[in-house]
Amino acid sequence: MNIYPDLFLTFAKVGVMTFGGGYAMLPILQREVVENKGWATEEELTDYFAIGQCTPGIIAVNTATFIGQKNKGTLGGIIATLGLVFPSLVIISLLAGVITQFSHLAWVNHAFGGIRVCVCVLILNAVVKLFKKAVIDAPTMVIFLAVALGSFFLTSLSPVIFVLAAAVLGIVLKNAGVRK
Amino acid sequence: MMIYLRLFCEFFKTGLFAVGGGMATIPFLYSMADKTGWFTRIDVDNMIAVGESTPGPIGVNMATYVGYITGGTVGGVPAAILGAVVATLGLITPSIIVILIIASFLKSFRDNRYVDSAFYGLRPASTGLIAAAGLSVVVSNLFFAEAMESGFSLAVFNWKGWVLAIVLWVLTNKVKQTKKLHPIIFILASAVVGIVLGM
Repeated sequence: MNIYPDLFLTFAKVGVMTFGGGYAMLPILQREVVENKGWATEEELTDYFAIGQCTPGIIAVNTATFIGQKNKGTLGGIIATLGLVFPSLVIISLLAGVITQFSHLAWVNHAFGGIRVCVCVLILNAVVKLFKKAVIDAPTMVIFLAVALGSFFLTSLSPVIFVLAAAVLGIVLKNAGVRK
Repeated sequence: MMIYLRLFCEFFKTGLFAVGGGMATIPFLYSMADKTGWFTRIDVDNMIAVGESTPGPIGVNMATYVGYITGGTVGGVPAAILGAVVATLGLITPSIIVILIIASFLKSFRDNRYVDSAFYGLRPASTGLIAAAGLSVVVSNLFFAEAMESGFSLAVFNWKGWVLAIVLWVLTNKVKQTKKLHPIIFILASAVVGIVLGM
């Protein structure tokens, strides 16, 4: 099979089988990409995943680009990524159409009322998990609190500002520490 | 036509600055809702649930959903689908560019002192942004905004919501048999509870 359609289809399959993204995708990638296709080794996959986590964007997208690029260069990276997002486009477009059509029904609104409560808990759980990895000392605690309160109360400020400021602060804090 | 260009730019920005995966895009979606009026904060909360319960990475799903709704404001289904495609491409373009660049000097990137120290600051900031987003979801869903306008009283609490939230928190964190279950199960169960209790 020509590698480009193969890349597209394999990553489309990974996209269909991933619910939620991030770590949920790792076992599926291990099976499809490492065991079935041999496009990356176990170690490479772990590396890509680690870098994908700390570079901008969706972790799943970053990892797909890496694997595609490694096997077929720039075009391979693009095709693997398009394959990954293709199922989302189809499924969400179908679903969004249906939801919009039925959103005036009382029971649909009640269902989403319950679902949004669940979303509160899911976000809280995600924050706790991230917090344990990110907040490791006093300066990171200060950054966390400042950004959380800042972006909650100053909603007109773009998150971009917080992200850029934190990156600069990280570099300053760490490198000032090194020189001491 | 303009709206598609703006949609692409907004999601390009989200893809470029959201660090740490799908959940990290939520603060950007709120900010987009406030700024553009294409959709509401309540829409974002619904998108999180839909994105989490459908196949595909949650960040991509939310972008597709936002694009679909936004495209839909200027026309019928084809305009909505075009919106979905444009938003998704906007979100993934920075990733593709950044990763293709990094892939060419992979080793030195991982070992670079400046990259490492930037992430020392970025990780807590990204967590803080998501925490703030979580707090807004709590405020808009576990409290009644109308009751709050006439002063603080017990009437501002969405009691049914609090009970459900506490039960869900216990099930997802404390009960061994249920905490490993996929979120979609809790989302579906919450939908049923929502219908039964008329939330």
